[in-house]
Amino acid sequence: MARKEAYITGVGQSEVGVRLQRHPLLLTIDAIREALDEAGLTVEQIDGVFTYPGKVPSFLGFSPVGSDEIIEALGIKSKWHNGAMEQGAQLSAIGTAAQAVKEGLCRHVICFRTVYEAAALSRPDEYPMVRRDEVDGASQWTSPFWALSAACWTAQYAMRHMHRYGMTREQLGQIALNASRNAMKNPRARAITKEALTLDKYMSARMITSPLCLYDCDRFTDAATVVIVSAGDALDEVKCTPVRIAAMSASVDRYSWDQVEWPASYETGADLWKRTDYTPRDVDTIQFYDGFAFLPITWLEGLGFVGKGEGGAFIEGGTRIAIDGELPLNTFGGQLGAGRLHGFGFAHEAVTQLRGTAGERQIPGDPKVAVATSGGGPLAAALLLARD
Amino acid sequence: MNPPRPKPRLDAVNRPFWTGGAEGKLNITRCGDCGEYTHPPLPICRHCHSENVAPHAVAGTGEIDSYTINYQPWAKDLEVPFVIARVRLDGVPGVILTTNIVNCPVEAVTFDDKVRVVFEEQNGIHYPLFEKVN
Repeated sequence: MARKEAYITGVGQSEVGVRLQRHPLLLTIDAIREALDEAGLTVEQIDGVFTYPGKVPSFLGFSPVGSDEIIEALGIKSKWHNGAMEQGAQLSAIGTAAQAVKEGLCRHVICFRTVYEAAALSRPDEYPMVRRDEVDGASQWTSPFWALSAACWTAQYAMRHMHRYGMTREQLGQIALNASRNAMKNPRARAITKEALTLDKYMSARMITSPLCLYDCDRFTDAATVVIVSAGDALDEVKCTPVRIAAMSASVDRYSWDQVEWPASYETGADLWKRTDYTPRDVDTIQFYDGFAFLPITWLEGLGFVGKGEGGAFIEGGTRIAIDGELPLNTFGGQLGAGRLHGFGFAHEAVTQLRGTAGERQIPGDPKVAVATSGGGPLAAALLLARD
Repeated sequence: MNPPRPKPRLDAVNRPFWTGGAEGKLNITRCGDCGEYTHPPLPICRHCHSENVAPHAVAGTGEIDSYTINYQPWAKDLEVPFVIARVRLDGVPGVILTTNIVNCPVEAVTFDDKVRVVFEEQNGIHYPLFEKVN
């Protein structure tokens, strides 16, 4: 296998919880150890570290650990590392890692995303949020009107979809219902989903920002998720079923939430298929970013699984996207059901499903191809993953 | 009583937008060469890359491009519900403002409603809000 290919050779995850006490660096190392064990690698074989978005000192809960700390804590002799927010979206960190191993800069690299928002908000003395008196950058165009959350921005895309194409709340609700049903089969989602959601409960839930209700929004979670990316010519060193990164895209035409009609999932989705011979018909499972429930619908349409405007009708009733359906979606529960892992959970689950190790939530058949995405608004990244 | 609105930090580029309301003007950056608008404002035209850009008072009317009724109090004492909307500005192709629709019940707002700007002043900032045109 040529060096010019990149493979995911290990995935790992820490305990997933709400208001965890364990230090976020240790959670990250827990996930790294699990991923190394899975790949059959030792830390001495790691020569790169990639993360999104890098440590964020103004609110450590959002991103409490930097690539530099992993290099330092584990004694990694790194040949390339990167932690940056100005990239396509969360999964772009894995895309950048793939470029590094394809280029021969590194052989085996750790990619991670650690979130600690629930813990940090519960311990503000230890994890203060830097309060600013004024807003600037992109935030100045939304915050002054109390559109403080991405929920308010995403809701306006969803309202447009309902207005123009007739999507109903009952249809939209299938994203959260599917997430909750699948999360009940995921041992790592226990702290987030304790009982399956019903349509009645969904329809009567408190509205956050119309049409998004409480169950359409993910919740703050504490966890670390790790993906190990290896070079194609280093696969003889791993003891696992490698999953090839067959294509990736992270396109954006305009960097804005409100000057565009639709999120960048559409341009990123279209570009993914220009870089591969695979087509949407080859895909066995989809793991789509669902920080807000409308976003998977943009990915379904953007990636061409259905036509523009057809997403609501496609998910109606939820059977097509169920674990035993024609296009199983977010089989681990997504962020709505399994916690705000912030993007990396989708890659973790795609690899798990392609290896056939998803246990009670394993999709039937012999899945070989999956798509994992992350992002909303101008943030967008997609990975096409294949088991050869 | 609502808390004070988050305050934009003024600089040379954004000041005409956030303070134009003092003279009743909704200022959007316009190119003196190609005539196109650039918003959010930049010191360069995003269409023809000319640096000959300046604030231009536009009509201040428009239509609702999309909206959401917000029920979540994101700040202490924030009164809910209220409408957050995107407004397409008349005569300013390609420019949309995120804003609030005020002076009507939240359920009275829908797509393509015609609206006009009303400025709300707080601490030297003239926030461009919009109300429905009857």
